[in-house]
Amino acid sequence: MASLARLRLEPAEEERLTADLDHILEAFAKLQTLDTTGVPFGMPSLDQAATPLRDDVVTNPDAGEELLANAPAPQGRYFRVPKILE
Amino acid sequence: MSPLHDLTACEAATQVRRRGISATELVRAVLARAEATEPAVGAYITLAAESALAEAAEIDRRIAAGDDPGPLAGVPIGLKDIICTRGLRTTAGSRILERFVPAYDATVTERLRRAGAVVVGKLNCDEFAMGSSTENSALGVTRNPWDGTRVPGGSSGGSAAAVAARSCLASLGTDTGGSIRLPASFCGVTGLKPTYGRVSRYGVVAYASSLDQVGPLARDVADTALVFGAIAGHDPRDSTSSPRPVPPIALDGDVRGLRLGLPKEYFVEGMQPDVDRAVRTAIASLARQGAVIEPVSLPHTEYAVGTYYLVATAEASSNLARYDGVRYGLRVEAPGAAVQEMYAQTREAGFGTEVKRRIMLGTYALSAGYYDAYYLKALQVRALIARDFARVFERCDAIVAPVAPTTAFGIGELIDDPLTMYLSDILTISVNLAGLPGMSVPCGFDQTGLPIGLQVIGKPFDEPTLFRIAAAYERTADWHRKAPPA
Repeated sequence: MASLARLRLEPAEEERLTADLDHILEAFAKLQTLDTTGVPFGMPSLDQAATPLRDDVVTNPDAGEELLANAPAPQGRYFRVPKILE
Repeated sequence: MSPLHDLTACEAATQVRRRGISATELVRAVLARAEATEPAVGAYITLAAESALAEAAEIDRRIAAGDDPGPLAGVPIGLKDIICTRGLRTTAGSRILERFVPAYDATVTERLRRAGAVVVGKLNCDEFAMGSSTENSALGVTRNPWDGTRVPGGSSGGSAAAVAARSCLASLGTDTGGSIRLPASFCGVTGLKPTYGRVSRYGVVAYASSLDQVGPLARDVADTALVFGAIAGHDPRDSTSSPRPVPPIALDGDVRGLRLGLPKEYFVEGMQPDVDRAVRTAIASLARQGAVIEPVSLPHTEYAVGTYYLVATAEASSNLARYDGVRYGLRVEAPGAAVQEMYAQTREAGFGTEVKRRIMLGTYALSAGYYDAYYLKALQVRALIARDFARVFERCDAIVAPVAPTTAFGIGELIDDPLTMYLSDILTISVNLAGLPGMSVPCGFDQTGLPIGLQVIGKPFDEPTLFRIAAAYERTADWHRKAPPA
């Protein structure tokens, strides 16, 4: 599960989280006792009949430099990443 | 005259607009107050003294030139540190964003500035708003101003503590499962979680997108309405924000003839007797003013905590996938490591235990083989919870209840017991699952002097009725005027 979530856990942390999750899921098992046959999925929309769409025009300002200033490893105008393919 | 930091936001804005005081004097006074209270309270992650004084000077220049800077003219406001502020770091209480400086303002930040408010700093919160005590912040401890051994509540703990301590005149928080109402209750301030879609989330760090909502915390109902009026309304940059117009808020209406539902499931076993007494006394006061109190039932309440923690963690596991060490935030990488390794190392070092716990829970709930049993089941129970409320609102105008079963618990008391911590939200999370507006209003103190909150829950987009009830109650009470020990 941790690798699916792209998390690495210390052995002690892994042990603790596993115990916590077992305990929490046990408490959530209560939901299984409810008969939900025919019940719709999720909250009914409060407001909108359909997903609103906007015109396909660029409205964001060009903040390239400010955005790159937050990058942990920029290279010129690019984000550098470790090797992806061997 | 009382010290400037003791003014309400309404009083302060009026004074600034009438040139009774300058925005600069006001901001200086609040910054000095923060300097005095911060060692004991720790509400702020970042105080922005320099930019706040510059913004105040600009307000003063505009007033001198005959401009009206707006209804929040010069009012020093603090923002929960998951709300983006251009050029001012926004950490979400996390190591992974400790040095993140947004390139833009959130819509709510922009709207507050446009109304004349001055951002004095960024307030502590549980990491990525995940928690009920603010103890999950990686960037410091916030203490309850009423008792420094107690938590301020969470996740918007800094937002509530700062308003209570008068180190800002009002603040913004976010509420995904009770994160505005619970700290408002624990710190004796007023807090509103608006209807889902009423306030834009553009530029607010996402936790659980079908539940998150931004709202104000303030010293009284009028201040809460003032800030709400400034931030509410449609935003084309948030497709989930509602195009409905925002109705005006009146605070002088009475409650005669209003039908208020009293849900029996919200007076739970194990509730602190002082909380039960204070909330029932407040409701009796509304009845004396002519409200009709009607016992009602929300039968699926007992399933709400399980439903919430499946829906919220599923959404969180997706939302937090973006923290990968590439475009912004922390990056940890061993020399020569492959990209997958870099992701895992970055997230191991950058996320705290509660965030990892929720990502794991959400990943599990969404994984093949469990998706139907957990996630889809939770979505159906969510529909049942929303239906419970809809049925009550067929005959009631609003619901009244406690915010939490207890007053503020001790720092460290529940941190090793996540399930019990989750239960502190038992009376607030259903409101998020159903997308409704909910408000916390001070309604008394327990025997040890800790504040208690009355919760008022309304129909979708019916914030005006919540304000009407809260204001009517407040006129008969003076809890909101009490200040914690300096």
